[in-house]
Amino acid sequence: MTEDTKFHHGDAQAKKPIIRMVDIQKHFGSVIALAGVSFDLCSGECHCLLGDNGAGKSTFIKTMSGVHKPTAGEIFFEDRPMHFEDPRDAISAGIATVHQHLAMIPLMSVSRNFFMGNEPTRKVGGISFFDKKLADEITMEEMRKMGINLRGPDQAVGTLSGGERQTVAIARAVHFGAKILILDEPTSALGVRQTSNVLATIDKVRSQGVGVVFISHNVRHALAVGDRFTVLNRGKTLGTARRGEITPEELQDLMAGGQELAQLEGSLGGTV
Amino acid sequence: MSETVQSTAGGDERIKEISPLRRALIRPELGGMVGTVAVFTFFLLFAFDSGMFNSQGIMNWSIVSAQFMIIAVGACLLMIAGEFDLSVGSMIGFAGMMIAIFSVTLSWPVWMAILVTFALCVTIGALNGYIVVRTGLPSFIVTLAFLFILRGFTIYLPQTIERKTIIGGIKDVAEGDWLASIFGGKVFQGLFVWLGDNGLIETFSRGSREGQPVVDGIPMLLIWAIGLIIFGHVLLTKTKFGNWIFAAGGDAEAARNSGVPVNRVKVLMFMFTAFCATVFATCQVMEFGSAGADRGLLKEFEAIIAVVIGGALLTGGYGSVLGAALGALIFGVVQQGLFFAGVESSLFRVFLGVILLGAVILNTYIRRIITGER
Repeated sequence: MTEDTKFHHGDAQAKKPIIRMVDIQKHFGSVIALAGVSFDLCSGECHCLLGDNGAGKSTFIKTMSGVHKPTAGEIFFEDRPMHFEDPRDAISAGIATVHQHLAMIPLMSVSRNFFMGNEPTRKVGGISFFDKKLADEITMEEMRKMGINLRGPDQAVGTLSGGERQTVAIARAVHFGAKILILDEPTSALGVRQTSNVLATIDKVRSQGVGVVFISHNVRHALAVGDRFTVLNRGKTLGTARRGEITPEELQDLMAGGQELAQLEGSLGGTV
Repeated sequence: MSETVQSTAGGDERIKEISPLRRALIRPELGGMVGTVAVFTFFLLFAFDSGMFNSQGIMNWSIVSAQFMIIAVGACLLMIAGEFDLSVGSMIGFAGMMIAIFSVTLSWPVWMAILVTFALCVTIGALNGYIVVRTGLPSFIVTLAFLFILRGFTIYLPQTIERKTIIGGIKDVAEGDWLASIFGGKVFQGLFVWLGDNGLIETFSRGSREGQPVVDGIPMLLIWAIGLIIFGHVLLTKTKFGNWIFAAGGDAEAARNSGVPVNRVKVLMFMFTAFCATVFATCQVMEFGSAGADRGLLKEFEAIIAVVIGGALLTGGYGSVLGAALGALIFGVVQQGLFFAGVESSLFRVFLGVILLGAVILNTYIRRIITGER
């Protein structure tokens, strides 16, 4: 393993990690989805999790967000061992997941989407009503901060572009106190311009002190914004690299498991 | 205001400004509003002299519309939550029959018969919902099964117990019952006497009731309809739970990811639909004084049609209770109006089909504007 010289496996950090996942294993019956993955994240950094399809990225982040319980391994959240029973636990601890498609409801207005599941209420005569005025004001304010100009808070999410939807979802997670933001392939379905908008949003969120886990299989997008890069392959961590320590080609090779892609790349003239 | 100015200045130059009029029109109720205006214009032109718009005529189509409204409110909220209930009609028959069996055959006090029936029917509604959310089967199939199960019991029970399919005599046992009067009574009788005395509404000119108003009060059915519409509208648009109803129907998975208890919302909406059906049944039983095994036939479709005319999407996540109420009003006015206009009653179905088609096309267009789909 010559890569070992370049990749350090989660060594001492300058900052203290907000979450540390040590040697996580997850078995589904006879299938070993994760065979010992270690990962950590500091606040205010963007840690990219890279890997090809089936590498175990989704299983891993689902473990982090409380959907799956790990078969073995330990999770330390703010230095305390954590056992998430379900996603609600993770959300209330401050771990928010933004899914690629499953984040927004197109037919509903931006402000209704923004507060979905966390509606502000106002009591009138003992009955609590949805405080739409407050919701609208906060939504407009948060959207302006993220650089999206809405026609109005009643504008349906369906009229927003894919990138804007991701941004709304990210802004929502941050507004509700996320310390860790897990972005599951936020750019994979987007065009060039929209991708840069989302990457810019990630940068804004990071500067607010939120730790971002950015899942992608696009090396370019990861390199544009990431501080550290962890590569998964066949349920194992291949290593973690810092920004500037690795070239796109090396990352690409690692993700594909090396050999086969090298051959393919040869036949395609190094364009992949 | 500053927001609007800013958004036009900094917004996308490819987005055309939408005129305020057009924006005001983009709402789920538009189809229902246009339909209501069209229907009333039609009948004012062609049936004005027929007695459709005197006090008796108005009461006639108001009652029919109110019946549709009661079941449409339940069907509307359930459809927005992303589910159907095809068992509404059978539930109406079943609930009426249960009240009759409890109060007449078993001689229970009527209030107890009504309360037990409500509990039973809402439980069946919950069972409907529970099966749907647990199995993930389409509610279409699950409630279709209940359509037959409930209708079967509605015919089987009175036949086995009373050897007939209609149980009468409820008026006698319900006399003076406090709960029965909440469903079968009339209110504002004094107002109508006063209106009659002052010549504002028609009074009987001959016979034993000479001088009394022809319409002697507002039936509780209308009060229930208005109450349920207000309740449904406020619940849907002004509360946290209303947002969950939209979310559950818009995209159940996205709603779950955001922490919305989708299953609870759906089961509660099935229970509410059953509640509305039972209200309908109770009012009907108290009005007729009997329960029949064929009551409520096809009501599930009529409720769904009213809701769709009112602007709700069959796929869920979009719609309005006020729209559904307008849909029910159109339904009632057309059904009774054709009779007043002297039109062959079978044409009612033709008329209804045309309105339904027109409303659905209009609603699809509105939704495309709202969501920016092409």
